[in-house]
Amino acid sequence: MNRVPMEGKILNENARIAADLRERFSAQRVLVVNLISSPGSGKTTLLEKTLETLPSGSRVAVLTGDLQTENDANRLKRYGYPVKQITTGGTCHLDARMIEKHIADWDLAGLDLLIIENVGNLVCPSSYDLGEAAKVVLLSVTEGEDKPLKYPSIFSKSELLILTKIDLLPYVPFDAAAAIANACRVHPEMEVVKVACLAGDGLREWMNWLENRKQRFLAELALPVG
Amino acid sequence: MHEMGIANSILEGVAAELRRRPGSRATKVGVRIGELSGVDPDALSFAFEAITLDTQFAGLVLDVEYVAYRRRCRNCGNEYDIHNYEILCPACGNLNADRTRGDELEFTYLEIEDINPEDSQPPEEDAAPVPHNEEVKR
Repeated sequence: MNRVPMEGKILNENARIAADLRERFSAQRVLVVNLISSPGSGKTTLLEKTLETLPSGSRVAVLTGDLQTENDANRLKRYGYPVKQITTGGTCHLDARMIEKHIADWDLAGLDLLIIENVGNLVCPSSYDLGEAAKVVLLSVTEGEDKPLKYPSIFSKSELLILTKIDLLPYVPFDAAAAIANACRVHPEMEVVKVACLAGDGLREWMNWLENRKQRFLAELALPVG
Repeated sequence: MHEMGIANSILEGVAAELRRRPGSRATKVGVRIGELSGVDPDALSFAFEAITLDTQFAGLVLDVEYVAYRRRCRNCGNEYDIHNYEILCPACGNLNADRTRGDELEFTYLEIEDINPEDSQPPEEDAAPVPHNEEVKR
């Protein structure tokens, strides 16, 4: 019996494809954002409002993941931007190969922003790098304010927490301050935006965050390598 | 529950390593799983056992080293493990720190042995001799 050192990531293949995607996104100056939440937190509704709010002619595209159905893509196609559904057929997360396959016939040079809506799941998507610049986690006020402590992985890796459905706060026993405090315990640098998509509240803050993140992304690209 | 996929990726990694070491078989594989990796060690061990059963990897032991969320204070440089999400630096009380550990999902080692029949368990006295050119089934 002989013990030999073994190096490398377990998800080596995913890491390799994600690194390749990240390089392509950087070369074409496309900001890629990966939206993650539990099912029903409002990712698709946020995307609908985002596409509705963007100035017409914006160079944006969306990939939306689900286990089954084209429903989300059909909802999002109405705004006239390129949208593709990724149906995973049971897999509980998107992986880098799915992204690579679904953007194959898109001209990245024609895009400024690609938003990926991950499969509704707070656990598994956190392990799979999609080549994105930033992960964004959504938490609705109809969930528990201790979710960040129960699912620390995704809250620790996300740059922004979007607290959704805040127009329901008068009707649900949800302590928004406690939820944000819990998120900051897991990830002290977490940025926070509160939205009520159907009422239109907070959308401007979210759009500002996207714009600022895009500027930071471009500024980082301009830095000398190394 | 994506531990089945993770377990499968571990087996792919082991198989790739064995291809670089002809004549060897794996007995144990070591992995490092961080608290923030999104992988549950128990579910992973269960999945690993389930997918190796009745395959050429049956009996391959998975050794999981679970590592805690760890940060380095930007103020005083102290490195500390995070317990129960108490994130302030225990030395100076500062909040700002960088993650140094906790999202690992990586291989650490592989234990291998020769599949040469002469190096494996000696056969029972009345057992038929193992033909030299036949691979020993586990």
